[in-house]
Amino acid sequence: MSNSPTPAIRFNQVSRYFGDVKAVDQVNLEVRDGEFFSMLGPSGSGKTTCLRMIAGFDRPTSGQIFLYGQDVSSLPPYERDVNTVFQDYALFPHMNVADNIAYGLMVKKVNKSERMRRADEMLELVRLTGFGKRKPSQLSGGQRQRVALARALVNHPKVLLLDEPLGALDLKLRQQMQVELKSIQQRVGITFIFVTHDQEEALTMSDRIAVFNEGKISQVGTPAEIYERPASPFVAGFVGTSNLIGGEVAKRLTGSDKMFSIRPEKIHLGNVNSQPEAGMVSLDGAVRDVVYLGLFTRYLVETEGGIDLMVVEQNLKTTSMDVLSVKGQKVRLFWHKDHINPVGG
Amino acid sequence: MLNRASTYLYHRPRLALALLLGPPMIYMVVVYLGALFNLLIYSFYYLEEFTGLIVREFTLSTYAQLFEPANLDIFKRTTVMAAAVTVADALIAFPLSYYTAKFASPRMKTWLVIAITIPLWSSYLVRVYAWKLILAQEGILSWFINLLHLDGVLSWLLSFESIGGSSLALSPIGLFIVFVYIWLPYMILPILTSLERVPKSLLEASGDLGAKPLQTFRTVILPLAFPGVVAGSIFTFSLTLGDFIAPIALGNSKFFIGMAVYSYQGTAGNIPLAAAMTMGPIVIMIVYLLIARRLGAFDAL
Repeated sequence: MSNSPTPAIRFNQVSRYFGDVKAVDQVNLEVRDGEFFSMLGPSGSGKTTCLRMIAGFDRPTSGQIFLYGQDVSSLPPYERDVNTVFQDYALFPHMNVADNIAYGLMVKKVNKSERMRRADEMLELVRLTGFGKRKPSQLSGGQRQRVALARALVNHPKVLLLDEPLGALDLKLRQQMQVELKSIQQRVGITFIFVTHDQEEALTMSDRIAVFNEGKISQVGTPAEIYERPASPFVAGFVGTSNLIGGEVAKRLTGSDKMFSIRPEKIHLGNVNSQPEAGMVSLDGAVRDVVYLGLFTRYLVETEGGIDLMVVEQNLKTTSMDVLSVKGQKVRLFWHKDHINPVGG
Repeated sequence: MLNRASTYLYHRPRLALALLLGPPMIYMVVVYLGALFNLLIYSFYYLEEFTGLIVREFTLSTYAQLFEPANLDIFKRTTVMAAAVTVADALIAFPLSYYTAKFASPRMKTWLVIAITIPLWSSYLVRVYAWKLILAQEGILSWFINLLHLDGVLSWLLSFESIGGSSLALSPIGLFIVFVYIWLPYMILPILTSLERVPKSLLEASGDLGAKPLQTFRTVILPLAFPGVVAGSIFTFSLTLGDFIAPIALGNSKFFIGMAVYSYQGTAGNIPLAAAMTMGPIVIMIVYLLIARRLGAFDAL
């Protein structure tokens, strides 16, 4: 750790209380230089409060926040080299698009021609060339979102904060913007901190993810680590879908009654006579419900221990007629021991 | 029956519109505009000095009277007073509205709005007379000024011919204070409304992009709240321009437009001159509104 570069953002025991509510509770965190870092969690988990404290809109009740080694905990927003893309975009309605983008330069007294030149550059970056003269009210949601991004990038901040910026867009546009955001981030090389409650969004774009729950960080890791090796029942349930197994059944399968998680797609559905291959475990049950979803089918299987397990299988050969006929049948479930993930608790 | 009437109207949107707009339009045209038009006609008649009767013949002589120095003085004095009251109200109202809209807790906000509107629940006349007592020579304000040893400053101010008088209550300064007080809620409420429509995220975005609080105020808050200031100024300016009760109640010897109109149509019975005089504030307000529109005050409404 000693020769690694200074982290872009470092939280040292940061807490933020609102009265009796511990919105952020003794959080320690490091965001590396140049990475796309997501803060993922349900609403009220403290992720937005953390973002607002980095921006300077809110101050920690205790603890320090470092921006590239400098303690910025008590600096006002206008003295931090950090810019924000707001959830509602927060574009100035009385200014046109170019003036909105150049606002950060205008308040720093950059001259007009330079301002307009850089605003045009930014418009090109977000693929809105020629939109400079329009008012924000004349733009679509997706275009406003790009303007907000351009406005936040024009000052070349050290860190860009994004507060659920894709929340108001429809699914198609959101997926398109996810790809675009990632490519812009790689082009400008600025550290992005992205707040979202959408696990798919976080998994798609991030280099690393911090999963927040009740004011604390449950786990930090790459998307694959978070998904494949969730560290707690909360992470297992919040990121993707997981089956949690504990008690007697766990003891029979793993030799320990500690709780573990298993992803629905890792479980194979077989008939009651088939035997597990080496390294596999098996569990008997009856199919209680079948949902045909086109690409795949979701089964709800009631197993011997009274535990309901969700199983997802791709419809490689089967048709809807085949899968629906399974309902009510006795089945045997198999999965590989490697996919068993202890979650503690 | 009611159902059939609803269906009937549903299929005839124009008839429904006519029924909705008809009565208020008739009221507006007949009573409101009719009265104004009547006033306009009267302003072109004249009063026969000798008989004291109104002669119903078209003439511009009544308007010519308006340009006599005494009457021009009245227009000038009233307009300056209205402008001064408007500026003072805007200066007082803005910080108060800003605090109420952006910083006060919901509970505090409720109390502030109640405090702002409470004076409007009581009679205007009572409040003017209350001020007469406050401003009187032996009143609480003079007492307080004496307490601060500022009585020298007060008598110096009152010694000016244009704004002074024998006491605070009888001087234009006193009248100015009363007007500022009375019309203040009409300035606060529109500014408050316009400030409340400015999302907090805009102010945060401005600071985030590097603007210091004063820059944010100048480049974001003021432009967005400006329509509210103009709306408020239309109230304070026109209300001061036409008011006659406050000057009469305070017993000021200097004439204002409203007082002049009141005395011309009352004791003098010179309705044509009163009518012509009334056209003055109307013209001034039209000019004022045109300037306001020029400034873009109605764009955001």
